[in-house]
This record gives sequence, structure tokens and C-alpha cells, in this order.
Amino acid sequence: MVTVTTPIKAESRNLNFFYNGGNHALKGITMPLYDKKITALIGPSGCGKSTYLRCFNRMHDLYPGNRYEGQIVMHPDNTNVLADGVDAIEVRMRISMVFQKPNPFPKSIYENVAYGLRVRGETNKRVLDDKVEEALKGAALWNEVKDRQQDLAFNLSGGQQQRLCIARALATDPEIMLFDEPTSALDPIATANIEELMSELRNKLTILVVTHNMQQAARISDYTAYMYLGDLIEYGDTDKIFTNPSRKETEDYITGKFG
Amino acid sequence: MTDQVKPQASVLANLDEVRAMIKRHKLNDSIFAIIGLVALMIGLLTLLTLFVDLVMDGYPRFNLDFMSEFPSRRAGSAGLLSAWVGSLLVLSVTFISAVPMGVGAGIYLEEYAPKNWFSDLIEINVTNLAGVPSIIYGLLALGLFVYILGLGQSIVTAGLTLGLLILPVVIVSTREAIRSIPVAIREAAYAVGATKWQVVSQHVVHYSFGGILTGVIIGMSRAIGETAPIITIGALTFIAFLPPSPVSAEPPYLNFDWLFSGFTVLPIQMFSWLSRPNPEFHINAAATGAIIIVVTLLMNGTAIWLRYNMRKKIKW
Repeated sequence: MVTVTTPIKAESRNLNFFYNGGNHALKGITMPLYDKKITALIGPSGCGKSTYLRCFNRMHDLYPGNRYEGQIVMHPDNTNVLADGVDAIEVRMRISMVFQKPNPFPKSIYENVAYGLRVRGETNKRVLDDKVEEALKGAALWNEVKDRQQDLAFNLSGGQQQRLCIARALATDPEIMLFDEPTSALDPIATANIEELMSELRNKLTILVVTHNMQQAARISDYTAYMYLGDLIEYGDTDKIFTNPSRKETEDYITGKFG
Repeated sequence: MTDQVKPQASVLANLDEVRAMIKRHKLNDSIFAIIGLVALMIGLLTLLTLFVDLVMDGYPRFNLDFMSEFPSRRAGSAGLLSAWVGSLLVLSVTFISAVPMGVGAGIYLEEYAPKNWFSDLIEINVTNLAGVPSIIYGLLALGLFVYILGLGQSIVTAGLTLGLLILPVVIVSTREAIRSIPVAIREAAYAVGATKWQVVSQHVVHYSFGGILTGVIIGMSRAIGETAPIITIGALTFIAFLPPSPVSAEPPYLNFDWLFSGFTVLPIQMFSWLSRPNPEFHINAAATGAIIIVVTLLMNGTAIWLRYNMRKKIKW
């Protein structure tokens, strides 16, 4: 039997995280993110899945007193994104993020997508135009907004706003994209659109997604991790986790006996 | 409809009680609304009466001559020229000194300063400063600007004094405006790789600009009517000349002699006319008062209009 080994894009090694005040939110999480695959994090509220996700782009740095221990290593360059010598801004340029609630800037659609490029110092109008178009196409939004790119982003519907945020995160060619419950503020149709989009994005980049919705995890992800109270209870192929979990806790959660 | 529900007697009795209760509560509603309206009217009508009274008294002087004449011994030909030019120059010094400092301090306190007991202490002090009587600022300025720094009883002293006076207003309103920017927007900007300065300058300040401007305008409209601190530093009350012009036809085109010139401002001119026994001068004072009120109202109106428009455009 020939097994094709998928390369690992990033992995956390014995990752511990402490919030300001000492709350030990992540307890020794070791887990891979496979290249160009979708990894889903599931678990009840407060289990640490969003905390884990936000370690990847060092969002916790924004608030004083938070502390990481352990490593998150990106491949192939073996950079530990949590290392003191690695600038959080450099990390965020490689790993982009889509938030729970759509959070476009109160600027035009165009400027929202172009912002990441502007931060990187891109000023050439033609390059910007091309990249914005490419990102909007990648986020399946181009056809809806191509004639009104100068409109205020707030005039879009919730689902469109979220796709705009994906375009914004996509425009800078990230290696990894983090999704923090990207559909929890959206209606079912918009949710379906986003899920389809995520499946397509898998061709380009590695995705880590936090979701409250187990069907969603089962539908879109290749690998699933179940977390509980800061511990990684089980990690494996999504098919296996949902059909034949090896841990009793995982089974209880998935079958709705708990959580 | 054969089996209509038979109302129970107890339910009916109860219903009457409920209706009586609702009526009582509604009565309370109306009583409070009336009390509120009366309170509002007392305030509003008093101000309106005051304003109308000033306008009626000062009516004969509402003409261009009043704006273009210097003060004079004869009430009929006395004008506001030196006062409004003085006010304008003093306020521009105030604006230039207080706005960058106040907005900068507000941004620093909100975005950069570590949150600890020291920043709490600063916060309490800034808020308290906004309530310090203005004459205290006058005394401070007399000691600091006039005597220690030797700036004299000049436009720059007055401008800086008023600048100090409105500084807390500008700082507090800047902080409030900045605080209204949702965390999600900041995080969005950080997440694409923006630095703190990029987040502050391209997002936070940009989106809260309307609120900051509102605070600045309200501060300035307070400064325009301030009299006590300006009298304390020793502004003259009778000025029959203009400060040297800030711009000139010959090089170096700009000159700053005006900063150290003697001056008077609108409220002091009004005060000076009012303190004369000759009732003809009181007409001038009334007209000046009306002008100050109109300018203040215009400034506050602009602030409200700005705030309204910014709110309409950006909904979080």
C-alpha cells in the first residue's frame, strides 16, 4: 500500500497559553496543520479553540499580560512564530485571519481589500487593481461588486461583508488562513457560500477553522481536533473522528450527549 | 360558534383591576413628561429671553461700522474692530497650542499608555482639570507665562492660557471618540499586519475624527466667551490699534510680532462697556453679547452637525 504523505505546514509543540491573570487556557497542545488542508477545531464554549487559533497570528500580543509557552513552528523555514525574536507583524503577514463577525473597515470595498497590500508598501495602482480583483474573485465576490468597488463596505449584506473580509485576508497571499467561527453570524445561505469558498481555498493555502457547528466541521474539514477545557482530547482524520472516535469524550460530544 | 369560551367572573374582575393599574401607570408617565417639559422650558425660555433682550437692546448697533470701528469715547461711533481681531488671534493661538497637544495626549493615553495606577491617576486629574474654575488658570498663566516666561500681557499669553483651559476638554473628548471604535476594527487592522501607528493613524483617528473635531469645537466655543482668566493676566480694555499684521507684502512675508502685542477680546470689550455709567455704551455691550452668543451657537451647531453626519455615515 502506497501512502502519500502530506507535508506539514505548521505545528504547535507543547503549546501552553496563559491569559493575563493566570488563567491557563491551553494545556500542552501538540498538533499539526497539514499543508493545503482544512483543520477544524471543535469543542464546547470556553474550551480554548479560539484561544488556540489566535496564538497563530499572535493576536494575544495586543493585550498586556498574556503569555505563551511552547512553540508554533511554520514549515518549511522552521520559524517559531512565538519566538521572542520573531515580530508579530511578520507573522501576521504570513498568516491572515477572518473573524467571527464580519468586520470590514468603514472604507470602500476596494480599500478594504487593498489595505493589506498598502500596509506592505504597495502603491502601484495597476498592481493594486489586479490584486484586488484577484482577491475578490478568490472570495467569490467579484461578480457582485465589480461595478461598485468604491461603495462603502458597510452597504454590503452580512454574507458579502464576510466574503469581503476573506478577500482582504486573501489579497496578501497568506500561507495560512485562520477562520474564527466565520459563519456564526450568517444565515444558512451565506453560510453555504462561505463553506464552499473555504473548500476552494484549500487548493491555495492551509486553513485552520474554529467552528461551533459540528456538521460544518464534518462537511468541510480534512482533519478535526476536539478540545475540552484547554486540552486537546482527540485529533485525527475528520471521517474517523465523526464515525469512529477513539475517545469516549469525543463521541459524547459529537453525538450530542454533552456540550 | 357553539362552544364559545365562557369568561370566568374572577377573570373579568381581574381584568378591571389590570386596566386600572395600567391607567395609573400611564398617569405617572404623563406626570413625569410634564415635569420634564416644564424643566426644559424654564431653561430654554430663560436663555431665549436673555438672547432676545440682548438683540433688542443692541439692535441699533448691528451694522458694519460697529465691526470696523475702534472703541471710542463716544458710544455711537465705538466699534468692535480691535476686540474681534483680538479674539480671532487669541483663538488661533489657542487652537494651534491646544489641539495638537490635547489630541496627542488623548491618543497616547488611550492607545499607548500602559494601564496602571499611574495612568489612572492621570485620568482622574485630567477629568478634574476640566472642572477647575477658569480664574485659576488665569492666576497660573499670570505666574507662568507673564512673570516666569516673560511673555507679557500679550496675545500669546492669552492664547496659551485659553489653550490650557480647554486642554482637558479636548483630551477627554478625544479619548471618548477613540474609545467608540470597536475592538473588532482594530483587530482587523492588526490581523493584516498593520503596526500600531498604522492602526492609530489610518483607522482609529480616521474613524473618530468627527468626535475629536466636536470636542475641539466645543472647547473653542468655551474659550471664546472666557473673560476671567484674560482679565487676570491683564488684558487691556481700551485698545484703539490693531496688532501688527501676521502677513506682509515684503519678505519674510510672515511675522510674529502680533503674538506679543497688547490686545482685547470680545467679552472684555463687552465687560468694559458694561461697566461705564453712560447707558449708550450698554447698547454696545448688548450688541457684543448677542454676537458672542451667535458665534458660540454657530460653533456648537457645527459640532452637532458634524457628529450627526459622521454617525450617519459610520454605523458600527
